[in-house]
Amino acid sequence: MSMIVTRESERQGLTHIGARTVKKDAAALLAGKPLYTNDIVPADVLTLKILHSPHAFARIVDIDTSRACKVPGVVAVYTYKDVPNKRFTLAGQSYPEASPYDRLILDEVVRYVGDEVAIVAAETEDAADRALKLIKVDYDVMEPVLDFTQAKGNPIVIHTEDNYHVNGAWINNDRMHNVVASGLSEHGDLEAAFAECDIVVDETYHTLADAQAMMETFRSFAEIDAYGRITVTSSTQVPFHVRRMVANALDIPQSRVRVVKPRIGGGFGAKQTGCNEIFCAFVTAKTGRPSKIIYTREETLASSNSRHEMQLHVRLGAKNDGTIVAIDLYTLSNQGAYGEHGPTTVGLSGHKSLPLYNHAKASRFAFDVVYSNTMPAGAYRGYGATQGLFAVESAVNELADRLGMDPCEIRLKNLVTPGERLAQYDDNELYSCNAADCLRRAMEMIGWADKPLRQDLGDRVRGLGVALSMQGSAIAKIDIGSVDLRVEETGFYTLSIGATDMGTGCDTILAQFAAEALRCDTDRIVVHGVDTDVSPFDTGSYASASTYLTGMAVLKAAEQLIAELRRRAAGFMGVDVNDVLFDGDTMLAFAPGTLEVPTDGDKPEFSGIYDDVEAIARSYHLAQAAPDAEPVAQMSLIELANKLVAGGDGDCLTAHAAASSPTSPPPFMSGIAEVDVDKATGKVSVVDYVSVVDCGTVVNENLARVQAEGGIGQGIGMALTEDVQYSDTGRMRTRSFMTYKVPTRLDLPNIRVEFAPSYEPTGPFGAKSIGEVVINTPSPAIASAVAHATGNYVRTLPITPEKALFGE
Amino acid sequence: MSGNLIDVAVVLNGKKVTASVAPDQSLLAFVRDHGCKSVKCACETTNCGLCTVWLDGRAVLSCAVPMVRANGHEVTTLEGLQAESADFARCMAEEGAEQCGFCSPGLIMNVLAMEREIRDRSVAQGIEPAMPTEDDMNAYLAGNLCRCTGYTSQRRAIRRYMESRFGAASDDAPVRAGEGE
Ligand code: FES
Ligand code: FES
Repeated sequence: MSMIVTRESERQGLTHIGARTVKKDAAALLAGKPLYTNDIVPADVLTLKILHSPHAFARIVDIDTSRACKVPGVVAVYTYKDVPNKRFTLAGQSYPEASPYDRLILDEVVRYVGDEVAIVAAETEDAADRALKLIKVDYDVMEPVLDFTQAKGNPIVIHTEDNYHVNGAWINNDRMHNVVASGLSEHGDLEAAFAECDIVVDETYHTLADAQAMMETFRSFAEIDAYGRITVTSSTQVPFHVRRMVANALDIPQSRVRVVKPRIGGGFGAKQTGCNEIFCAFVTAKTGRPSKIIYTREETLASSNSRHEMQLHVRLGAKNDGTIVAIDLYTLSNQGAYGEHGPTTVGLSGHKSLPLYNHAKASRFAFDVVYSNTMPAGAYRGYGATQGLFAVESAVNELADRLGMDPCEIRLKNLVTPGERLAQYDDNELYSCNAADCLRRAMEMIGWADKPLRQDLGDRVRGLGVALSMQGSAIAKIDIGSVDLRVEETGFYTLSIGATDMGTGCDTILAQFAAEALRCDTDRIVVHGVDTDVSPFDTGSYASASTYLTGMAVLKAAEQLIAELRRRAAGFMGVDVNDVLFDGDTMLAFAPGTLEVPTDGDKPEFSGIYDDVEAIARSYHLAQAAPDAEPVAQMSLIELANKLVAGGDGDCLTAHAAASSPTSPPPFMSGIAEVDVDKATGKVSVVDYVSVVDCGTVVNENLARVQAEGGIGQGIGMALTEDVQYSDTGRMRTRSFMTYKVPTRLDLPNIRVEFAPSYEPTGPFGAKSIGEVVINTPSPAIASAVAHATGNYVRTLPITPEKALFGE
Repeated sequence: MSGNLIDVAVVLNGKKVTASVAPDQSLLAFVRDHGCKSVKCACETTNCGLCTVWLDGRAVLSCAVPMVRANGHEVTTLEGLQAESADFARCMAEEGAEQCGFCSPGLIMNVLAMEREIRDRSVAQGIEPAMPTEDDMNAYLAGNLCRCTGYTSQRRAIRRYMESRFGAASDDAPVRAGEGE
């Protein structure tokens, strides 16, 4: 039988979905095998180093590389004079990218401290380092725009180049006023709604440009293949987008570029933006030699990309009984020097926060994204939702406190429920939502009912705070995931994917989907990814897309393959295909008429969303109707597979399927923080953190749990210690792990995570996403806990001891 | 920076290795050059712990050890502890305690060093080796950063492993884990 489930009632019967399957690459990773980019560089590779700008805004008047070129071992030094004058973006987004084309490989104008000035290619690292010091650059230093709140309409314009290019007018780009993008979405009569309110919380919140800080820094290498093409091996989340970036940057056809993704040491969105791939590809194209570029931690912190710093102004209006009536959100997003992900991240600050309080009569969300002479922002887990939720959830917490209401109660009163159409979220219907259950269960876990919000413990004060979170699952109508599924000799399967496992385990998750659908062990599914020459197209692993979208592609491919296997087996056995069932190991033929034809009653409840899902559902129900009767003939999968790869009647079967979703179902999550604030030092310690996640069906409990625990850990860092700082001249001060404090194991409690899975009818076996929703609750929950403990509402992250103790 | 090269000899994972290197070359660069790619680097400031190896059986940050100092000593990396690390690796895998796995080799080296130290200390003191407390483990391993896991799953794996070695402690609160434990 094929076994594709599309209903909640059928979830219990699943074998591989929900199992704690160990990651397919776990053994190799834990044995320390050489699997990451820098472990597999070719011999005789050139080492590349970048000269970074010391100025926030300057024009290069003269650049002298002659002395650098003479250093023994130096092969070449490149400057802006050597690169194509064709602008592109490093944003890993579907074409046509929303991000403006505002970059060159090297530019005559440098726009932030850390911007690239020259590339040195040398035989050794030593030689490259020495050459860097000998490059003489004469800068015409210009006054920079360092304060992003002053950027819009500032007389200093950051991008004035004449070949600047925008793909779509919808982003409302106005670069002559330093505006990357702006927008407005409204529903209801806002002023009338505010007029009804008894109370309005009117506050401004501020989040910083946090570093993703994955342990493996940015790195890539390039080489020329047998056909004279450039192969780039990169630690990236977006191999297909990198192929486009490299082709655009070098101004060569995409067919001349191949991108390979090995194992990745973490991404969290950082690697959804291209980084140094263009440099090694460029040097290899120029020299014909393999070249590698491994960024230091300093370069990764100060010369790559980060979260968008945002200033969010919230007006939240409510009745005295706590009913939320009107929400007005304005987000100002700091893009930094180049426009990657600017127009899109900002959208999530409203679209993934306001729908939690969808019952509000009216809402308005407006935004501006502005250039400044600071490090460019890019993607970081949460992608704008994190910033938006810090503001909106904090405002809801402040509202509860001002009304003297319980912050959980005020949420339960106003929370979005299944079946609603989400204003501010494309007006999509919400099919699955256990947000309220997530909150109730977290309250039980922490013992909410019996705990005061503030407790004096002598030398410390203990506070309790709560927040909710939502995100999306893939970008509706834009993202696409596709897979090839092949049946091999002896009846195992090869699953080729374009989705990029960056440690998150999507290779394993997708194998679990295939194993469930094909009714076999996960060991019989061989997963391969990603090599743009071989793998089927996938937009990549971001926007929480892999499980939801590529997972659906796996289901569709499995369904097709099963149908084809049945057809071939029927041919070999001389029976009608409609009388053949596949149980995972054997093709079983029954007497004509034995197998029931599914009726209309088997139509899934959610029909109309998505035709393919209905086809899959019908096929499943056909298989479910397996009769008691003895089969009249049978053929094992092994025999069938061997026949299919033999000559004569053979036909090596591959199923290909793609998935793209008309909707992006939100996962939900609750988080409750219990913190201690030291009365003497102000140090805030998180003593307990509980969280309940609705990611739809939990596909792999271990992997889902570590996603949640890890995301919360990052969120706690954002809330408390990750304090990005710049000097007056625009130089980032936090350029090492000495000064940029990511949490150590002394900073984090044991994070307690449970699941409250709803069932998402458009997702594979009911699954939604989990990768990003998990980072959003700590900042607002901890800020509220600190406010309860000390009376100080900290609205600018991080919550340092001084702010906790004395307020802002 | 270079300067004059010096000849060094170390015993790397049981095999004698000689080379001419810059005296300030780091042990990290050296072991990677000699095929031990499990040893990773994630900082320049001795803050990450990913480069942890053993020097004469004690855990050190290889990025902070110049070759002049390693010269003449015994160096062990995860490549040389494949059998010894298998049980802990299994605990890690089963708890899902590695996500990207980039920090895992350094952590494994330090966890095994901790186990060794507990044994050595108890032998020296003539007492039975005892299960470390959660605070002990956090303090000992504080220098091993991980950005993926939030440490909770690592703690589960470490505790499970230590319990398998030393038996469960009675006076320590159990690691709190979610359902499915
Ligand atoms: S590389 Fe970070 S501590 Fe050695
Ligand atoms: S598992 Fe990725 S850094 Fe620890």
